[in-house]
Amino acid sequence: MTSVENHGKPKTPETGEKKWMLRLYVAGQTPKALTAFANLKKICEEHLDGNYRIEVIDLMVNPTLAKDDQILALPTLVRKLPEPVKKIIGDLSNTERVLVGLDIRPIN
Amino acid sequence: MAKSDKKSKPILDELLKTPTGIKGLDEITGGGLPQGRPTLVCGGAGCGKTLLAMEFLVHGATQYGEPGVFISFEEKSEDLSKNFASLGFDLNELESQNKLSIDYVHLEPREIAETGEYDLEGLFIRIGYAIDTIGAKRVALDTIEALFSGLPNESILRSELRRLFRFLKDKGVTAIITGEQGERTFTRFGLEEYVADCVIFLNHVVSQQIATRRLRIVKYRGSAHGTNEYPFLIDRQGFSVMPISSIGLDHPASTERIATGIPRLDAMMGGKGYYRGSSILVTGTAGTGKSSMAAHFVDAACKRGERCLYFAFEESQNQIIRNMHSIGIDLGQWVDQGLLQFQNARPSLYGLEMHLVVMHKAIDALKPGIVVVDPISNLMAAATEAEVKSMLSRLIDYLKMEQITAFCTDLTSTSGSLERTEVGISSLMDTWLLLQAMEGSGERNRGLYLLKSRGMAHSNQVREFILSDEGAQLKDVYVGSGGVLTGSARLGQEAKDKAESLEVKLEIERRQREIERKKAAIEAQISALHTQFENERDELERLIAKEKQRCETLDSENLTLAKARQADELSTQQGSTGKTRKGDRK
Repeated sequence: MTSVENHGKPKTPETGEKKWMLRLYVAGQTPKALTAFANLKKICEEHLDGNYRIEVIDLMVNPTLAKDDQILALPTLVRKLPEPVKKIIGDLSNTERVLVGLDIRPIN
Repeated sequence: MAKSDKKSKPILDELLKTPTGIKGLDEITGGGLPQGRPTLVCGGAGCGKTLLAMEFLVHGATQYGEPGVFISFEEKSEDLSKNFASLGFDLNELESQNKLSIDYVHLEPREIAETGEYDLEGLFIRIGYAIDTIGAKRVALDTIEALFSGLPNESILRSELRRLFRFLKDKGVTAIITGEQGERTFTRFGLEEYVADCVIFLNHVVSQQIATRRLRIVKYRGSAHGTNEYPFLIDRQGFSVMPISSIGLDHPASTERIATGIPRLDAMMGGKGYYRGSSILVTGTAGTGKSSMAAHFVDAACKRGERCLYFAFEESQNQIIRNMHSIGIDLGQWVDQGLLQFQNARPSLYGLEMHLVVMHKAIDALKPGIVVVDPISNLMAAATEAEVKSMLSRLIDYLKMEQITAFCTDLTSTSGSLERTEVGISSLMDTWLLLQAMEGSGERNRGLYLLKSRGMAHSNQVREFILSDEGAQLKDVYVGSGGVLTGSARLGQEAKDKAESLEVKLEIERRQREIERKKAAIEAQISALHTQFENERDELERLIAKEKQRCETLDSENLTLAKARQADELSTQQGSTGKTRKGDRK
């Protein structure tokens, strides 16, 4: 029951695999969750050029999913692709750290 | 417990307790851990925190019908299952029955970056979900401090931990939280700050290369509890604590007597043997037959159908059985019948307290009538004298409480005084036998003294203790001008005595025969005299008769003559015959 929400308004057509698979774990519509989502969307739009997909998983709805990605802290952003898996916890307010954490090189 | 009794009068909201099912721990805590509250279990590495937590859950699931959630921060569930399989806990089975849920929570600091605000709601959701899925009443968090190394922001973590414990309380689960011991604090990260209801401290001390595990209830809000350090044991059956120090001096005293297995020794003790539930000490130097006495006692008990537990600190089971065959005792049959159980261990295997716990456990499991400790002096190798004494006094107190007869042997050194016991435990003992080697005339023999036997008349004499094919025997020693004689000297003296007494007997017989002879001789003489007298009397009578005859004849002749003379006085013929005759003659 992965609630996939393509809030990101994909700019690339649905043809191929997205290079970036990101998963954001939250628990309900808390302010932190909303902030995190907003921050993430902004960073992706600015740096990933539509080549991404964001899954938002609400653990209140699907608590079992927390186990698979070893989620403790919320919100947590998991970079599923490209490998290796990386995690960033927090509301993603520090863009610089998010970029480093996700290993995204800023677009020149 | 006393406190809770007092409290129970005005029944308000008494602290409910959740039994841990761990032997001894429930006794110390007066019923278990505070229900619906978290308990902190802290201690150094490898002191048994995880085991305690897991046992709490497993016992809850299997014995008390309370499912449990184990949140592991250190070990994977597969590893946990494997580790606990060796203790006989089938975690997978419990999981499949929905009695247990294991969640491995892992944080890999390398994978994690932190930006901005966050909380640990994810953990809460996982715990909450696990609890709700199986309806858990018990939760273990092992060990939550791992979070401190995984999450960089300590202030968030601390506030979240506070929230977590509140969350657990709200969930109404009884929780165990484990924590690593810190340098000066109970836990490295000060978890005791958050868990204020009950703190249990586990300790693992190595002294003289021997490790002893101890447990202490540091704090138990709202309940009385044992405050001492209690030794505990981790073995194949898991965790067991022994609240030994709580035993008082109010054990029952039985008047029943039980045979010693050596008839003559029974005789020395008023013909009945030891008291049931008493403690017996046999001291002696090496090779004086202490173990043999123990074997006799055990053999006699098994014949009565009693169970015996034999703690051997010197020899292996097979060795003891073989050796006792040589004095005609077959202990093997009792082992086969399950009446006799050996517990062989080197004294240095673990600390004294641990020995005590092990013994306690074995005694509890077998429920024997008799316990043999052979020898107690060997425990000295594991500790100091004072510790041994304290340990033995607790053991003996416990055995007395359970009405189990304790038979202890004690090896004394040859140089020591006669009545010295290494451990100074003689005052604890009710019956004290001393086996002593008696040297003389080129041999060593064994002497047995009954130094004391409380509450019964007993012999004060030394006996020679002989081990033969038919078992141990007690013989009177020879006490004479040459001192106490034993062994062949005694046999020699006995032979001499026998010869002497035979001599005396013969002499008496000879004298008696002489009397008979004398009597016969005298009787013969008497009869000879008698015969002689008879003869003489006959002769005399014959003469008398003859004389009479003659007289009569004379008279008649005189009469005839008188008649012939025409005597005128016939009437006087009788009375005056003589006169007449005399006159006539004149």
